Amino acid sequence: MTDPVSITVHVNGTAHTRRVEPRLLLSDFLRHELGLTGTHVGCEHGVCGACTVLIDGRSARSCLTLAVMADGQDIETVEAQGTQEDLGRIQRAFRDHHALQCGFCTPGFLMTIADMLRHHPLENDEQIREALSGNLCRCTGYQNIVAAVRELASERGPIE
Amino acid sequence: MTQADISVELRPKLVGSRVKRTEDPRLLTGTGQYVDDIKLADMVHVAILRSDQPHALIREIRVGDTSSVPGLIGIYDWTDLEGEVRPAIPTSRMKGYYATPYWPLARGKVRYVGEPVVAVVADSRYAAEDALGLIEIDYEPLPFAIRQVDAVREDAPLLHEEAGTNVIVERTFMRGDIEDAIASAPVVVRGQFRMTRKTATSMECRSYLAEYDTRRRALTLWTSSNIPGIIRDALSDALDLPGSRMRVVAPDVGGSFGGKGSLYHEEMLVCLLARKLERPVKYVADRLEELSSSSQAFDQLIDGELAVARDGTFLGLRCDVIGDIGAYSIYPWTGGIEPVQVISFMPGPYKIEHYHGRVRAVLTPKPPTGPYRGVGRPSSTFAMERLIDMAARELGMDPADLRRHNLVSDGEFPYRTAPGIIWDQSAFQQCLAGAREAIGYDGLRVWQEQARAEGRWVGIGISSYAELTGIGSRIAVAPGMPINTGTETAIIRIDSTGAVEASFGIASHGQGLETTLAQVIADELGCAMDDVVVLQGDSSLVPMSSGTYASRSAVIAGGAATQASRALKGKVLRMAAHVMAEPVEDLEAERGWIRSRTSNAGMTFKEVARAVYLQMGTIPRDIREDLTVTETYDPFLGTACSSTHICVAEVDRETFGVRLLKYVVAEDCGRIINPMIVDGQVHGAVAQGIGAALLEEIVYDDEGQLVTASLADYLLPLASDVLDMQIVHIEAELPNNVGGFRGMGEGGTIGAPAAIANAISDALAPLGLGIQTLPATPERLFQLIRPHLNTLEENTK
Repeated sequence: MTDPVSITVHVNGTAHTRRVEPRLLLSDFLRHELGLTGTHVGCEHGVCGACTVLIDGRSARSCLTLAVMADGQDIETVEAQGTQEDLGRIQRAFRDHHALQCGFCTPGFLMTIADMLRHHPLENDEQIREALSGNLCRCTGYQNIVAAVRELASERGPIE
Repeated sequence: MTQADISVELRPKLVGSRVKRTEDPRLLTGTGQYVDDIKLADMVHVAILRSDQPHALIREIRVGDTSSVPGLIGIYDWTDLEGEVRPAIPTSRMKGYYATPYWPLARGKVRYVGEPVVAVVADSRYAAEDALGLIEIDYEPLPFAIRQVDAVREDAPLLHEEAGTNVIVERTFMRGDIEDAIASAPVVVRGQFRMTRKTATSMECRSYLAEYDTRRRALTLWTSSNIPGIIRDALSDALDLPGSRMRVVAPDVGGSFGGKGSLYHEEMLVCLLARKLERPVKYVADRLEELSSSSQAFDQLIDGELAVARDGTFLGLRCDVIGDIGAYSIYPWTGGIEPVQVISFMPGPYKIEHYHGRVRAVLTPKPPTGPYRGVGRPSSTFAMERLIDMAARELGMDPADLRRHNLVSDGEFPYRTAPGIIWDQSAFQQCLAGAREAIGYDGLRVWQEQARAEGRWVGIGISSYAELTGIGSRIAVAPGMPINTGTETAIIRIDSTGAVEASFGIASHGQGLETTLAQVIADELGCAMDDVVVLQGDSSLVPMSSGTYASRSAVIAGGAATQASRALKGKVLRMAAHVMAEPVEDLEAERGWIRSRTSNAGMTFKEVARAVYLQMGTIPRDIREDLTVTETYDPFLGTACSSTHICVAEVDRETFGVRLLKYVVAEDCGRIINPMIVDGQVHGAVAQGIGAALLEEIVYDDEGQLVTASLADYLLPLASDVLDMQIVHIEAELPNNVGGFRGMGEGGTIGAPAAIANAISDALAPLGLGIQTLPATPERLFQLIRPHLNTLEENTK
């Protein structure tokens, strides 16, 4: 253990300054320091993808990132995508297609898909399945998640 | 049909519609609440030191300098908890069975790698884990037999000396004369089949939080469990607390598939520590702990023999099963739950007169096996369906035709199977025909010939199965278990604001029961769906609850919801009739409105509620009824749910990997409450079956160590490993229960491994090979095919 260090992390548009242990995981920082419990932890070794957040716009495993590494960076979590009264577009597609069951992996998928929609072609099912293959879901068999992404990708059209 | 009946029948129903889920908005926005999301004042955290020995005596536990860990609160082993807790004992009426006691921490001896030994409490999980490094345990290793074939021997080292044997369950089911049937049969096929050990692996790891209320001397446990009611009863006994002071809540739960459906050491532990420390105590398993200490599944060695007449008629079936149940008999289901179910369901949906099934459940130094989606039937179906394909090949018959010849047909229900399971009416034949048609079976056989001519290893696999769901009080869900799992109570009440609150003992963990039960209630009560709130997952809601497992909730809770709604509707209409001064038989309720069929009179549920509760004098006290109803439903027997899976698989000749090309499921789950949710259950269950068939395997080495201890080693299906499947819903004659529902949450996991194994075997049939062990990993297939590669090259020259 070493002494706490001061960091400032911009999460969903708000700057948070905290003194944290250098070993504190970003996932624990978000969940336990900031109370943003929408980000879930499923394996703590970077396989399951439940803890996926956006760091400076790109998807990343918050369980493999130390909070101190996020100092000065922009973090986006599921809480930024929408509210119960006003779901975001990806969230709506998930609800319409029944792309979630227990919901534990869902925030990770939502954040991964936000990134994929900005940066990946997602032109066919093979590409969509490949894009989703870094996130584990144990309930849905992925079929309805793929259907939701298919709809979102066709709505978006080809990327530049 | 009367006028009234017609108006009810013509009304669009919520049951049967693709209603979007009530649960989704909270789960999609991160506002769901899983156990680890709950934060209480003064909460402390537990880390657990687990055994690194498969079988050893605990000689001494030493703790180093604790001042080096700020925030450390206490270190506890079993001696610190003596006298504060009674063990949980998974009793059963099975003859000759030995019930291993369950303690919160290992008591003088460890019996598997991963068993909890020492608990550390600190003000953060980080500090608690730091302190784990201060603890040293001196073990005296004991001999052990890690494989079931060794553990079953009479001279094998004993895990529980008190039992006097490692074989704690032994059962035999018989009908007819199997020896004669086999001796006189023109065709007998046999094989040894095994689905290796696996684990449920929900995405949320097991999580527990206990709070002790010093004022009421009461405990509340929040647990990621799908059986909060059973856990409450178990803890009430173990901690000697009445239910009024022991509450168990399962908030949002991140999947279970059976893995969170047993009592766990840590549930007892956090309760004990919370009471001792008078502070909230949280424990969340990490993935290593999950893989090394959550209940596991399968791992039965099945020797099977099927005797068949020349015309394809099944004459007799014999199976001898050794189930490796790990180090303890799981609470409350017992170690018999998986292996005994294998011989109970081995004949499947087929007519077989002569049967002999024997099972031995054997203790080995591994985490206990417990319920996992499908329970026993994935293995029994795998063995049976492989035997059928082997027989078809021997007879030169098409495997689909051979199944059609032997499936129980419409005129033959109810059919009693040799082990005594009764199939009520279900669409066995129609599922087979439906799947055949949907996948274009006959055309596929033509395609397969062409593909084979091009040198491709492609195969078509079929499996048919039936499962018993919605089991009532007539039969225990687990063999000889004294706990009642056959009833559900619904308490439905309309409060003074007109809100409808429906409480159940079930515990939804992804099934969307808050939605489907609200659909049932809104239809039956005539209220608006938005006005219904379904409460579940909390032992304090109804007097006796158990949870959601064994494909029971739609059937039993759906039945209770139906009955309670009908009774409550009677009350609402009687009160409305008085207020409206209309005859009650003229009134009908729909979407929150009560209307008269003979006049323009109408009022809302809210107005009725106000009249009953708030407007003094509107309803005379001698006819006034509270708008609350409690109904308990018991379907007594269970109902069959059946299905046929057909898939097409290709084995890659370079990598030996298996790719699924097509997948069809035809299923009969009775009256469908929400087709969207039913499809989702099938998709997810089939994906888990694909995992069991191709990827997932828990491996222990000869030293008793877990080799597959991360998700990089224990492989779950990814989006790129599975495919879009087609589902055909067949609604045959409805089961004779309230609602007409059959349970269907598990089925996909039962059918898929067998269908895939048959498809791979069909692909490899030209080499004379077949699958007897799952998962069929590339390594396993390579080892299977390698000895034949030379012949193969000769043939292709």
